[in-house]
Amino acid sequence: MTALLVNILLPLILAPLLPGIINRTKAVMAGRKGQPLFQLYYDLWKLLRKGAVYSRTTSWVFRAGPMVALAAVLTALVIVPLGGSSAPLHFAGDLILLAYLMGLARFFIVLAALDTGSAFEGMGASREVTFAALAEPAFLLGLAALAKLTGSLSLTDILGGLTWQIWSFGAPELAMVAAAVLIVFLTENSRIPVDDPNTHLELTMIHEVMVLDHSGPDFAFILYGSAMKMWILGAILVQIVLPGTGAVSPAHLGVSLAGMIGLAVLVGMVESVMARLRMVRVPQLLLTACAFSVLAIILVLRRS
Amino acid sequence: MNELIDALMVLLVLMNLRLLGSSRLAACIRIVATEGIALGLLPLLLVWSQTSASSVEPGLSGRMIFLSVASVLTRGVLFPWLLLKAQRDAKVRREAEPFLSYPLSIIAGVLTLVLSFWLRSRLPPSFASGPPLLVPVALSTILVGLLVVVSRRLAISQVLGYIVMENGIYVLGLALVREIPALVEMGVLLDAFVAVFVMSIVTHHISRQFDHIDVDQMDSLKG
Amino acid sequence: MYFILVSIGILLLGGLFSFLCDHRQNLSRALGVGGAVAGALVAAVPAVIVLFGGIVDPIRWPWSMPMGSFWLALDGLSALFMLPIAVLPALAAIYGGAYLRGFRGKASLGASWFFFNLLVASMVLLVSARNGVLFLLAWEVMSLASFFLVTMENDRPDVRQAGWTYLVATHIGTAFLLAMFFLLGGPNNSMDFDKFAAGGQGGVIFLLAIIGFGTKAGFIPLHTWLPEAHPAAPSHVSAVMSGIMIKTGIYGLVRTLVFLGAPAEWWGWVLVGIGVLSGVLGVLLALAQHDLKRLLAYHSVENIGIIALGLGLGVVGLARGNTALAVLGFAGGLLHVVNHAMFKGLLFLGAGAVVHATGTRQIDQLGGLLKKMPWTAATFLVGSAAISALPPLNGFVSEFLIYLGSFHAVASPTGGAAVPALVAIGGLALIGGLAAACFTKAFGVVFLGEPRSGLAANAHEVPAAMRTSMIALTACCVALGVLSPLVVPLLGPAVSSATGLPLETARQHLADIGRPLTWITGGAVILLVVLGGLALLRKRLLAGREVGQAGTWDCGYAAPTARMQYTASSFAQPLTDMFRLFLRTHRKGRQVEGLFPRDAQLVTHTPDIFHDGFFRPTFRGAGWLMERLRWLQHGRLQLYVLYIVLTLLVLLVWKLEPSLTAGR
Repeated sequence: MTALLVNILLPLILAPLLPGIINRTKAVMAGRKGQPLFQLYYDLWKLLRKGAVYSRTTSWVFRAGPMVALAAVLTALVIVPLGGSSAPLHFAGDLILLAYLMGLARFFIVLAALDTGSAFEGMGASREVTFAALAEPAFLLGLAALAKLTGSLSLTDILGGLTWQIWSFGAPELAMVAAAVLIVFLTENSRIPVDDPNTHLELTMIHEVMVLDHSGPDFAFILYGSAMKMWILGAILVQIVLPGTGAVSPAHLGVSLAGMIGLAVLVGMVESVMARLRMVRVPQLLLTACAFSVLAIILVLRRS
Repeated sequence: MNELIDALMVLLVLMNLRLLGSSRLAACIRIVATEGIALGLLPLLLVWSQTSASSVEPGLSGRMIFLSVASVLTRGVLFPWLLLKAQRDAKVRREAEPFLSYPLSIIAGVLTLVLSFWLRSRLPPSFASGPPLLVPVALSTILVGLLVVVSRRLAISQVLGYIVMENGIYVLGLALVREIPALVEMGVLLDAFVAVFVMSIVTHHISRQFDHIDVDQMDSLKG
Repeated sequence: MYFILVSIGILLLGGLFSFLCDHRQNLSRALGVGGAVAGALVAAVPAVIVLFGGIVDPIRWPWSMPMGSFWLALDGLSALFMLPIAVLPALAAIYGGAYLRGFRGKASLGASWFFFNLLVASMVLLVSARNGVLFLLAWEVMSLASFFLVTMENDRPDVRQAGWTYLVATHIGTAFLLAMFFLLGGPNNSMDFDKFAAGGQGGVIFLLAIIGFGTKAGFIPLHTWLPEAHPAAPSHVSAVMSGIMIKTGIYGLVRTLVFLGAPAEWWGWVLVGIGVLSGVLGVLLALAQHDLKRLLAYHSVENIGIIALGLGLGVVGLARGNTALAVLGFAGGLLHVVNHAMFKGLLFLGAGAVVHATGTRQIDQLGGLLKKMPWTAATFLVGSAAISALPPLNGFVSEFLIYLGSFHAVASPTGGAAVPALVAIGGLALIGGLAAACFTKAFGVVFLGEPRSGLAANAHEVPAAMRTSMIALTACCVALGVLSPLVVPLLGPAVSSATGLPLETARQHLADIGRPLTWITGGAVILLVVLGGLALLRKRLLAGREVGQAGTWDCGYAAPTARMQYTASSFAQPLTDMFRLFLRTHRKGRQVEGLFPRDAQLVTHTPDIFHDGFFRPTFRGAGWLMERLRWLQHGRLQLYVLYIVLTLLVLLVWKLEPSLTAGR
């Protein structure tokens, strides 16, 4: 029961906090007053109580897109463990289901964008699928390295099997996987240096442009789904960098949550000091992530 | 101490990849300089790991320290300084259009590493003793150096390739012989030094003569 | 086993009478469709019996052909291939009955039904044949029947061209198969499958099988006939050809592996390599296409790659004694055969419906069809999601098995097979991402947005018969996905006969993956419940609130037109640019210039690098060589007779002179 609370309820409540922390960090770094920490909660509350406007071009696919995407991400959440406890749904190969549920969410967001017939949204959709196609191998190969390291096949066992001891003898491979997952995290969540979430009206954006036409509850679903996706990938990353002792403990949960906050602060700092990469350079970044994963695998394999 | 050596080797691999993926000459020169400094520390680490493993081995000798310092000074300070100067004189900041695009170079770099690990598994076991990453990373560094020499157009990039290759040979020598064959090492270093020196002079003059340092265009010189 | 004979009989009679009644359109169609449906359903009966663990008595009659007997049997492997051979053509025939109305008067429909039923009959015979001669006979009939189906619209030059390419390719493949069967049958001087022996030449036979069967299956670089022939054929024929006919190549390959017994490890490596190459290049080439059916044809190459990947991992597992990997690899590959038949059949039927409604296959001419053709759109969407391996549909299940096998091999402490497994993981992940990109493009541009041309604007939904087939296949895709915990254990007999492992071992390993599959279905249930909850929530929230209609927001531009929508070419451009090394896309047209640009245009065309870079020069070379032999050919009958006599004489001397044959 506590596992259910920790793994489901906590993310459901806390996920919208992450974008808030990122934005606060950016505001502090820039010396601005900035938006409140709970801005996304206010936004969601406001959007849920609003009506909606639909383009005459759109069809049921546009209306289904946000719902399917949010449902897929919420299902993925059931697979991700937190704080050493096992996830409600864990079985051999669940990480594959996780990756493809993310794919399902993306598939429908992209189709909803294409349904509007807008050239802008088509452009964003095109870039989204392009970068996702390169991020996926990096992610799965990185997890394969961890599977080899821990000798297990489910996300719960892999993340639970990582311990502090592994950092002492396997630091290089863990660091590589963490770097690869960090790049995937930034790409999938459309953060700098891949995408700039603040440039709503420029041709450089990816995720934000795809959802230009959504409004009301649909848009709330999308915002919440994005926050949840950030939580899921962030939780995996944090538990790689800050592994536990192999046992369930409130301390580990605390460390994980602190890690999530730290990650959000880190992202905010990266966004404050870095510029977005040119679009043509992004594939190279993702290839680097793949290279990190392959290197990690080579390093793990040499031990066997 | 093997973990530290492993970490150093992984760092070397990462720097090689960074070199392959970077178009800014100044950044490339700095990467190679960092590699040089890191490698200068390698013999000290190796000796240290041996002494901690068996107390019979001799500890740090004055000669070792001298060689390390010399290596760091030439690779980490002298070469980069000469190259940066040459680059400033030639007024080029970026590699123009390499024969192999940067993403493909990165893939090729990873492939050299895979190939090197395979090679090591085929080599006689005497090659495989010691820290496990030393030999494959050395081989891959040599290959990456070759790759840079072959795939880049600018003379400065090619010099960088030679230095990286020399770094690889240096690590390989350390891995195989365990103590620095001082004479060989000094010889190689001297070679590289002369190469850098001559190249930077040549680069300087080519750029003054023709206003660019694109080696590819030197084709037109052949009668 | 008499089911098979009855099925073949029904198919042939149906086809023949359909041909004879060609002048009475309705009767001819009824006979053709009825024959195909009835024949296919009869063939399904023994297949189902075998898959559920039953046994079907074989037929073995003495035969006047040399080397062997007339022998039909159905083991698990045959039954697994027989099932899609029964289901897909039956549905395609129902669809085709309505689809072919548009061709009335342009071609002989009776002949088309004759060849369609002949094609199905030959495939039924092919997978149940247990004699090399019978197998090759069925193989050849299958190739010729499909050739005539491809060239149905033979008044169009591109169709004729496609037909010739196909005919040449398939015969090159058959030549290699002949050599292979002679090597196999040589040691025991019999063409019966149970007397086949490798005779120490396993490697050579394996390579011959890769080339011979790979040509039919569409392994890169032997795939070049596929993107020509599939678009040229009528859509229900494309569905059958792409859905199952090319799988007979996979069947032949797996059957050959059975003959060869314990495999060498490098065979698995070869298959994994071919799988990744075909998968990645197939989907990349598909991304660059503008022709909907050509795009689907390249996706067949991709999926054949995934199948080869699974089989390759299985072979590596067998060679290394890792039975878990062997079972998972073969099970994934074989299940993907069935799954691909379902979703690719569905997609080709959907593409046919689009062609039927609009008269064009050019993706960039289409758009907004979802409102005109809701049923076609919905089924095509399910097919697109299934081929992109999205849960909870069937494509995900088979890829999951291959992934799981790979992760097993990586994580197992004994190691060994880790490297091919990692290649498979990376390859599958990349293929999956690219396939999703390709099908968001195909579905999004064809069915969503506004019509890009008058052709799309005047489209209409297709007749009920065509819709029925598509809906049935959609149901299959969903059922095979959601019911996977029930479906996968049925693979036991097939995996057992493909790997040579005991049935119990195969069942045991398949039962082991029952738990993950059950949980995946559990995940699907969660997904649907959450989705339902969200839909209810959205409905409650929007009830009583203002829901407005407006134009698509376009950043303030006042006069948008449908032509300004993102096209398929632009959608795929970042990816085709990134992989330009493999694609060599040609661009033509004027660039946009100046402050007020006028009439700029861009035309892109992506040729098949293997077709243009390898086969065309090779055939040009062969043509040149043949030109040099022209002097032999001058039309004088006497000289031809002389050639024959000389050949016979040489053969006679060679056979009778003991010193020449003594070495053998």
